[in-house]
Amino acid sequence: MENQLHIPTVAEMIAKGERPDILFWVGCAGSFDERAQRITKSICKILHHVGIKYAILGTEENCTGDPAKRAGNEFLFQMQAMMNIEVLNGYEITKIVTACPHCFNTLKNEYPNLGGNFEVIHHTQLIQSLIAEGKLKPADGNEFKGKRITYHDPCYLGRANEVYEAPRQVLEVLDADLVELKRCRSNGLCCGAGGAQMFKEPEPGRKDINVERVEDVIESRATIVAAACPFCMTMLRDGVKAKEKEQEIQVLDVAEITAKANKL
Amino acid sequence: MMGQIIFFCLFALAVVIFARNARRIYKNIKLGKAINRSDRPVERLKLMFLVAFGQKKMFKKPLPALLHLGVYVGFCIINIEMLEIVIDGLFGTHRIFSSLGSFYDGLIYAFEWLAFAVLFSCVIFLIRRNFLHIYRFSGRELKNWPKTDANLILIAEILLMTAFLFMNAADFKLQQLNHPAYHHAGAFPVSQFLLPLLPESTSILIGIERFAWWFHIIGVLAFLNYLPISKHLHIILAFPNTYFSKLEPKGKFNNMPAVTEEVKAMLDPSLPPPTGEVSRFGVKDVQDLTWKNLLDAYTCTECGRCTAACPANITGKLLSPRKIMMDTRDRLAEVGQNIAKNSAFQDDNKSLIDTYITREEIWACTTCNACVEACPVNIDPLEIIIGLRQYAVMEESQAPASINAMFGNLENNGAPWKYAQADRANWSKE
Repeated sequence: MENQLHIPTVAEMIAKGERPDILFWVGCAGSFDERAQRITKSICKILHHVGIKYAILGTEENCTGDPAKRAGNEFLFQMQAMMNIEVLNGYEITKIVTACPHCFNTLKNEYPNLGGNFEVIHHTQLIQSLIAEGKLKPADGNEFKGKRITYHDPCYLGRANEVYEAPRQVLEVLDADLVELKRCRSNGLCCGAGGAQMFKEPEPGRKDINVERVEDVIESRATIVAAACPFCMTMLRDGVKAKEKEQEIQVLDVAEITAKANKL
Repeated sequence: MMGQIIFFCLFALAVVIFARNARRIYKNIKLGKAINRSDRPVERLKLMFLVAFGQKKMFKKPLPALLHLGVYVGFCIINIEMLEIVIDGLFGTHRIFSSLGSFYDGLIYAFEWLAFAVLFSCVIFLIRRNFLHIYRFSGRELKNWPKTDANLILIAEILLMTAFLFMNAADFKLQQLNHPAYHHAGAFPVSQFLLPLLPESTSILIGIERFAWWFHIIGVLAFLNYLPISKHLHIILAFPNTYFSKLEPKGKFNNMPAVTEEVKAMLDPSLPPPTGEVSRFGVKDVQDLTWKNLLDAYTCTECGRCTAACPANITGKLLSPRKIMMDTRDRLAEVGQNIAKNSAFQDDNKSLIDTYITREEIWACTTCNACVEACPVNIDPLEIIIGLRQYAVMEESQAPASINAMFGNLENNGAPWKYAQADRANWSKE
């Protein structure tokens, strides 16, 4: 079924004399990481299902520059940013939905000052608004009903941009047994990937941050932990593996949960 | 008369020394680079009112917040009593405000309870700090002087409040004995319980009352001058520090304007090359930080809420956001002394990076903003960490090898991993 979904690029749409209502910014993880690709596809299914006219940049998309900036390489960040802004402005893009809180933060907060002014939302915000508008409704007897689900706040969605409610509201419609982690919302504990940590080995210490975080998940006795960031996804899954809890705990993105609950 | 002269001299001396210390700190903060934090004054005032005055962020931890509130309110309100002590001291009067009658009694009644609240809270704080194993009160940066400093402050407050209560108790007893110099004034709900401890002799009672009075006022003046060399400056600087907070989303990092000019010139050769000479990219030493970073450093009271929330620290890494702030302040004090001695900064072969903060610390940060969120007075250790990384990367090309590999991939493939740009949309065709 995945094969049948056609995902249009902006270039393709423009060639047909059309224009997307919203650009889906896939991000590097969503493009290349096999696990994150499944999140990307879930978002596409949702967009397709509700009939939003969307498109991706495809091979014209470049890293936003977030990891370069957080690692202190301001030159590389601004190079990436300006190239992306040129492409986006060239296509007269006005609205962007991102699958990654890091892309979301960078596009929303750090691009305007460099000439890129777009309305930027995260996919959990889009899904939440679709639910609020009645365009998305979990199927009767969805598989999450009664399941014990918790949510891990990504730093760049939560603390960095104070988006705490949208992802929670998306989970609330599932009729599931929702439970908070002991460190949540503004007190949420990082998964360990931010600030370019994703691309290096951690410094010497007592344990890995993702293991510390998965211990919170285990303590919550949730069987599903919802993520909203491809890097959190990787870190949480590795943490679950390190704790040998793959049989008990599933890590799913909010978009995947929504797509499944809607039987997409 | 002699007492008045001694009082005047002590008081004047304390004020002069404090003014000099305050000027030194102000000059040190001004060593920082410019940053505009005077926009949106209404929003800033509101923030200051909520966070500094209202202690909003303290209440994330209710128990310490309540105890701290006792000390804070006690400290603020007992300052009214200080005013009376200063007037009495300068003019040789005794309890000058007692002409206010029952209102004065009410005031003293409240002060007594507040003094008790301060005393009680400080005792609990001492126990928490020294005997309970609380994570944020351990840590390698909180050994030696910082630990002594914290205990000294608590002990000083306990002694000051004890003196205040004994002063009141002796005064009360003298009033009961109808001593002519001690007219009936005040209400003593707490210090009345100290009466059985006091002798009957009026001369000894007067001695105790006078000693406690002098001890209290000299103690306060000494404390005032201890502030600038201690961690305790937050009682003053919390207000400007919250006023000048960053108002943008925490995730938004500044774009360096000097870099923007260069990158624009690189992408569009028709533009003239940037003219302004940039002395240095990133932060090597405290002079490369903004004045707000430096104000942050002086405001830090080393409570360690940042460090206890830091994912790197709690998993055993070397990084501690509190240490970042303490190192910045210590280095700034050193640079300030250097300038005072040599009239301009003389290279001392030291810098904030390496001498104070190691590479291992700065590379352990996940930029998660937990430290920024946790700080009750809106200090931002993250900005300093990023500044240090910028120096390491842009001036020295000294990033960890895997980070350099990531940069290389970004430059060549537009992704942090080694995948070809042309394959970016392959997932959509599977």
